[in-house]
Amino acid sequence: MIPYPTDQRRRRASATAAIGLLFLGLLAQAGTAHGATPALTLTYLGLVHKLPAPSAVLTPPIPDDALQGAELGIADDNTTGRFLNQAFTLAHILSPDPAALLKDFDAAIKSGQRLFVVDAPATLLLKMADSSGAENALILDATSQDDALRGADCRHNLLHTLPDRAMLTDALMQYLVSKNWRRIMLLVGKTPEDALYATAIRHSAAKFQIRIVADRPWTFNAAAQQADTGHYEVNAEVNDVTQGPNYDVLAVADEEGNFGNQVAYRTARPRPEAGTQGLVAQAWSPVMDEYASTELQLRFRHQAGRDMNNQAYGAWLATRALGESATRTGSLDPTKIIAYIRGPQFELSGYKGPPFSFRPWDGQLRQPVLLADTMSLVSVAPLPGFLHQTNTLDTLGTDQPETTCHMPSP
Amino acid sequence: MPYALTLTRAALLAALALPIAARPARAFRIFVSNEKDNSITVLNGATLKVIATVPVGARPRGIVLSNDRKSLYICTSDADHIEVLDLATLKVDRILPSGADPEFMALSPDGKTLYVANENNSEVSVLDIAASQVTAEIPVGVEPEGMAVSPDGKTVVCTSETTSMAHFIDVATHTVIASVLVGTRPRFAVFTKDGSKVWVSSEVAGTVAIIDAADHKILQTLHFSVPGVPQDAVQAVGINLTADGKYAFVDLGPANRVVVIDQQTGKILNYLLVGQRVWHNAFSPDQKFLYTANGISNDMSVIDIKRLVVTQSVPVGQSPWGVVVGP
Repeated sequence: MIPYPTDQRRRRASATAAIGLLFLGLLAQAGTAHGATPALTLTYLGLVHKLPAPSAVLTPPIPDDALQGAELGIADDNTTGRFLNQAFTLAHILSPDPAALLKDFDAAIKSGQRLFVVDAPATLLLKMADSSGAENALILDATSQDDALRGADCRHNLLHTLPDRAMLTDALMQYLVSKNWRRIMLLVGKTPEDALYATAIRHSAAKFQIRIVADRPWTFNAAAQQADTGHYEVNAEVNDVTQGPNYDVLAVADEEGNFGNQVAYRTARPRPEAGTQGLVAQAWSPVMDEYASTELQLRFRHQAGRDMNNQAYGAWLATRALGESATRTGSLDPTKIIAYIRGPQFELSGYKGPPFSFRPWDGQLRQPVLLADTMSLVSVAPLPGFLHQTNTLDTLGTDQPETTCHMPSP
Repeated sequence: MPYALTLTRAALLAALALPIAARPARAFRIFVSNEKDNSITVLNGATLKVIATVPVGARPRGIVLSNDRKSLYICTSDADHIEVLDLATLKVDRILPSGADPEFMALSPDGKTLYVANENNSEVSVLDIAASQVTAEIPVGVEPEGMAVSPDGKTVVCTSETTSMAHFIDVATHTVIASVLVGTRPRFAVFTKDGSKVWVSSEVAGTVAIIDAADHKILQTLHFSVPGVPQDAVQAVGINLTADGKYAFVDLGPANRVVVIDQQTGKILNYLLVGQRVWHNAFSPDQKFLYTANGISNDMSVIDIKRLVVTQSVPVGQSPWGVVVGP
C-alpha cells in the first residue's frame, strides 16, 4: 500500500492551486507553454461550496474534492500525451461567489478558451452555457446530479460525467428487485435536493414496480445527535417515525447527511437502510477495487492524501474524456475534440467494466453505478437480467424514448 | 501359431501405447499464481492433481519461467518486488527488486534480463537478474501491463492500459521508438514465433490488434462476439500462439470463453466455454493442451487442442491470475 503523503505535500498542492488562480490569464494566452510540444489548456471552474456542518466528526468536509480529480486526470492525459506530442494544462479558478465565477467564465471565453470542466450547481451551469460566446464551447459538468439538466434544461454545449439521480435510484431499485425486497418506506429530508432525490426514488420505484408503503418527511432537529445524551432523543424519534405498515427496506433521501447516518439500528422494525445512506447508489466509492480500480484509487491517494470520492471521480472522468478525445483524434483542436467526444466512436475506460460513452440525447455519460456501504461493495448496476436493446447501461436513468431533452442543434 | 503371436504382440503394443497416448510425452508441472490468497498452486501435469500450494508474497500476478527452467519469477505486486521460486525445493530463495507494483514481466531470450511493468508509476524497469539490480527505468504510458520481448531480443513491447498504447522499446537504447494506439485498455502482448508481428489484446474494447513489428502499423483488428453474452462482457486478455502457426487462443475475461483463431488469417474458429473471468493461459510442453486461469471460479480449465474441447476443470487457489508450465 502507498502511504498517505505528508502534510507538506498537501500544502504544496494547495499552493499550486493558488498560483494557478493568479496566472490563469497568462496560461490562457500561452498556447505552447511546453516548448516544442503543443499544449492545450482546459479551464477548471469551481464554486467553493458553503459546506454543511458535518453530522459526524468522522467525515470532515473537503473543499477541493473535484479539483484534485481534475488534476489527476490531467496528469494521466499528459502521460499519454508524451507519446503523441500533446500536452495538457489545467487552468483553475475557484471562487465562493457565483457571479464572480460567471465573470471568470466569460473572460476565459473571450480569451479563446473552449473546453471547460466545471464544479457548480445547475443554476450557474446554465448561466455559463447560455452566456454569449459559449455556443462553441464545451462545458463538462463534473459534479451535478441534477435530472433537469439532462431533461428539460439540457444544453447542446453541456455534458455530464456523474450519474444523475434517476440513474442512482434506478440502480438501487434494480438491486431491490434482484433481492425481491419489494416494499420500501421513504424518509425525506428538508433540503430542496432531498426533495429531488425523493422524486427520483418515487419515479424509479414505479418503473421497477417497487411499492412505497409509506412516504414521510423527516422534520427532527438535525443537530440533536451532537447534544449530550442526544442519542436517546434520536433513537426515540426514528422509532416513532418508522412505525406503521410493514416494509422491507427503509429508503432515505438526505444528500447532505443531516440525519441519514443516525437511522440504522434505531428503526421500529429491524430493517436495512438504503438510499443516500446505508446501502448507497453512487458513481464511485473508496471501497471499489474491481476492474483494476485499485490503480486509480492508489494514484489518487498518492496525489491527494485521501480517498477518491464522487466529485473527484466526476472531475477525473471529465479531464480524461477530453484527453481521450485528443488522443484518438490525434489533435488538440477543440472543434475536433468536441465532435469526437459526442460521437459513436468515443469510449472511456472508467474502472467499472464496460466502456463509458455520452448519451447523444441528453449528454449524460453512461456508466455502471456502484451499490456500496461505507466498508464494502455490495453490487454493481446494471444487475444481471436487466436488459436493453442497444446498451445495458441504458437500463439506468432516462432512456431515449422518454427523454424530455429536446436541444436545438448548435 | 502366427495368428496367436500377432494377437499377443498387438495386445502388448496396445498396453505399451496406451499410457503414452493418454498423457504428454514428458513429466511437467503447472504453476498457477493466486492473486488473492498469496500462493502458487503446483499441479502435476499428467494427473492434474495439486502437488503443493506454496505461500509467496502479497498479490502474486505475472509469473515467468527462467531460461534454465530451474526457477519461477513471480511479480508479487503489493510486496513491490519479484520473488524467485526454486522449482526443486518449492521455496522462495531470492528476492529481486522491481520498482513499485510489478504486475507482469517478460524475459530476454538469453534469460539474463527481466523487463517489468510497474503499474503504479508508469515505467518499465529493466532488471539485471544476476546483479539483482534495476539498471534502467523507461517511462511509458499510464498503467503499463502487457510485456513481450521479440525473439531476437532487440525489441520490448509494453502495453499501457489507461493510455491505450503498445509501446515499442529499443533494447539497445532503452527508448520508446513507436507508440501504437490500440483499443481501450490493452492488457497483453505477444510476438509471433518469427518476430514479424505482435498480437495485442484490449480488455475494455474487447479486441485484438495484430501489429506489424517492423513498421508498427496495425495490420488487422479482430472483434469478438459470443451469442447470448452481453458485448461489454466480451473482454480480451491473455493470448497464446501455437508454435506451428496454426492457432491463437485469446482469453475473453468475463465472457467466460476462450476464442480460437486461425493464426494466419485471423478467422474466428470457435468459442470454448471455460471458467469465470478467464485471465491467462499456457500450453503443455507438447502443445496438445491449453490451461487457463479463471479468476472468479477459482479453477483452471483444460482444453484439448486437437479436438478443441474443454475436457476438465481443476480447483486451484483464490483468484488465479497467471499460469505457467515448467519441469
